[in-house]
Amino acid sequence: MTPFRHHQGIAAPLLRDNIDTDTIIPSREMRTVSRSGLAAGLFAPWRYTDPDARVPDTDFLLNTPAFSGASILIAGGNFGCGSSREHAVWALMESGFRAVLAPSFATIFQNNALRNGLLPVELPRKRIDELAAWVQIDPQNNRLHIDLETCVLHSDATSAQDTFTVNPSAREMLLQGLDEIGLTEKYFEGIAAFEARDRVSRPWVYLAD
Amino acid sequence: MATFTVGQTLFDKLWQLHEVQILAEGQSLLYVDRIFLHERTGSVALNSLIEGNRGVRRREHTFCTMDHIVDTLPGRGDDTQMPSGRDFIVATRGAAQDTGIQLFDVQDPDQGIVHVISPELGIVLPGMSLVCPDSHTCTLGGLGALAWGVGSTEAEHALATSTLRVNRPQSMRVTFTGALPSHSTAKDLILFAIRELSAAGGAGCAIEFSGSAISDLSVESRLTLCNMSTELSAFTGLIAPDEKVAEYCQGRRFAPEGAAWESAVEHWRRLRTDPSATFDYERNLSIDGLQPQISWGTSPQHCIDWDGVVPRIAGAPDEASASAWQRAQDYMGVSGGSRLSDYPLDAVFIGSCTNSRLSDLRLAADYLRRTGHRVAKGVAALCVPGSGQVKRAAEAEGLDEIFRSAGFEWREPGCSMCFFAGGESFGKGVRVASTTNRNFEGRQGLGVRTHLASPVTVVSSACAGYLVADAPMVETAA
Ligand code: SF4
Repeated sequence: MTPFRHHQGIAAPLLRDNIDTDTIIPSREMRTVSRSGLAAGLFAPWRYTDPDARVPDTDFLLNTPAFSGASILIAGGNFGCGSSREHAVWALMESGFRAVLAPSFATIFQNNALRNGLLPVELPRKRIDELAAWVQIDPQNNRLHIDLETCVLHSDATSAQDTFTVNPSAREMLLQGLDEIGLTEKYFEGIAAFEARDRVSRPWVYLAD
Repeated sequence: MATFTVGQTLFDKLWQLHEVQILAEGQSLLYVDRIFLHERTGSVALNSLIEGNRGVRRREHTFCTMDHIVDTLPGRGDDTQMPSGRDFIVATRGAAQDTGIQLFDVQDPDQGIVHVISPELGIVLPGMSLVCPDSHTCTLGGLGALAWGVGSTEAEHALATSTLRVNRPQSMRVTFTGALPSHSTAKDLILFAIRELSAAGGAGCAIEFSGSAISDLSVESRLTLCNMSTELSAFTGLIAPDEKVAEYCQGRRFAPEGAAWESAVEHWRRLRTDPSATFDYERNLSIDGLQPQISWGTSPQHCIDWDGVVPRIAGAPDEASASAWQRAQDYMGVSGGSRLSDYPLDAVFIGSCTNSRLSDLRLAADYLRRTGHRVAKGVAALCVPGSGQVKRAAEAEGLDEIFRSAGFEWREPGCSMCFFAGGESFGKGVRVASTTNRNFEGRQGLGVRTHLASPVTVVSSACAGYLVADAPMVETAA
């Protein structure tokens, strides 16, 4: 996966609660059996007045020049709820996003994000609103800087810094860009030992190959 | 046999049974007993596994079905109405063959929606752990299985290692007090719970549903209830397995037999929350006199009693809700203060992993038989059984005939119009009463207005031509 150590970028506020993965990347935009080719479908229902003809809705924040090049999304609560499709994370990343700040995330989305190098940062709603207001004043210049090594989010020189927490093992993997399967393969002996014990107590679980 | 300490919840026990190793504070390596894939997201996981030169560690515990993209029109093959849909089907079939996992292909008599066939075939049983790259995997908590939805990368991890690294969720118990009135169903129960607790009300929790109303539910109704745990944003939903569940599982295609069956049932009996156990959160919901629920907006929490009033924006508890309600009402074309029966209905859909089992179809068909009503003029009506088994059983009882002669289309099993993949859709602005689980903007197609409800509410609405439940009217304050 793409490692994440620190990132500085333009942040775009989409402060709605419960932004679901169908909205982030509609099913009809997942056209191939692959993780790519999704950027054009990101937020398609909001981004286009006519998604089929790809007519952009010029009012939609991410279509405005002020937010062009945005790489951080500031969102409302329960971001990424709904379908488990990892395409939501892939579409965000392919569109250049590296982090999402929100008061809370849907669990599957959060897991998917952490496994791909898209950093989900949970902050209190009040801070989310304040940060959103601040970036809106001058989006191209009021940039955010996220440091995963120290788990600190810097907005500007004067405002307070925000600290955030990320699950320690997920953080380690993000920092180093590690492949989780490779890590778990080190436990293969332990897994086989578990199966040997488990077969005795739950024989009915094990089907014949 | 595993030893449990006193004071454990059902979830604690399931966690313990699958814990291979503690990896860090709050994170364990959990053993995954069964993996189920479908052509929409499973193909990506399988391909990525193959590309990484890895194989499926336990192919005999890995299954795959074609349900999401496959057509549901009679006479279907690999071609679909979704452009490029065929690619998904062909790629999934190829990857399944290459890895040697069991595939329920388009023409397989046991093909169907993943969460309908996994219990139906006995692939998932109480106390097992199951993952699938699909958020409604929590359905299987209705059997007392630890089942949850994952992304494609996690599915790939499970395929390669038979395990997952899981952060231990918090625990919640939702206790329903009172009895479920006969005119309401498990669907109404869960819609009501989401309405009361909110769409984020179970965020990150393993929820155990309890109360006598839950033990009274049939196994299929329990699956309906747990299906929408994900709409509470929960990690999963669970119901303690009882004798009804054992009876349900016995004799299923992949269920154990003989001595293995006896030992399984013995094991399941111990899977319940100890009286002294505690939860991180406890919620009590009174369901006395519960009315059938219908959603008015674009979140499953936007629900009201079927004869209730759509909330007025002015009454919103805060600014965020006010703007969410406004947006939802604009999208749905409903206004605060109105009743859902004020709006003519264009279409109805009976199907999906929430409500496409035999008992759901019986309930709907029974209404048609009992009343002799037909689908109202101008309403398109679709019934899509959840699996090949459900379809055959329904046909053996003559339910297909009842549906057809009342004006319903009778389809082949699959997810169908539960979601829009780019093929079939109801059309922009179309108002649909649907037994599905999601009413998000565009979920059933661009601009489609989805009202979630139970099968019996959907069928009575189909006949009326507007949203109405088959229930006695109660006095509501306008
Ligand atoms: S029926 Fe609908 S909710 Fe269920 S698995 Fe299929 S698409 Fe998902």
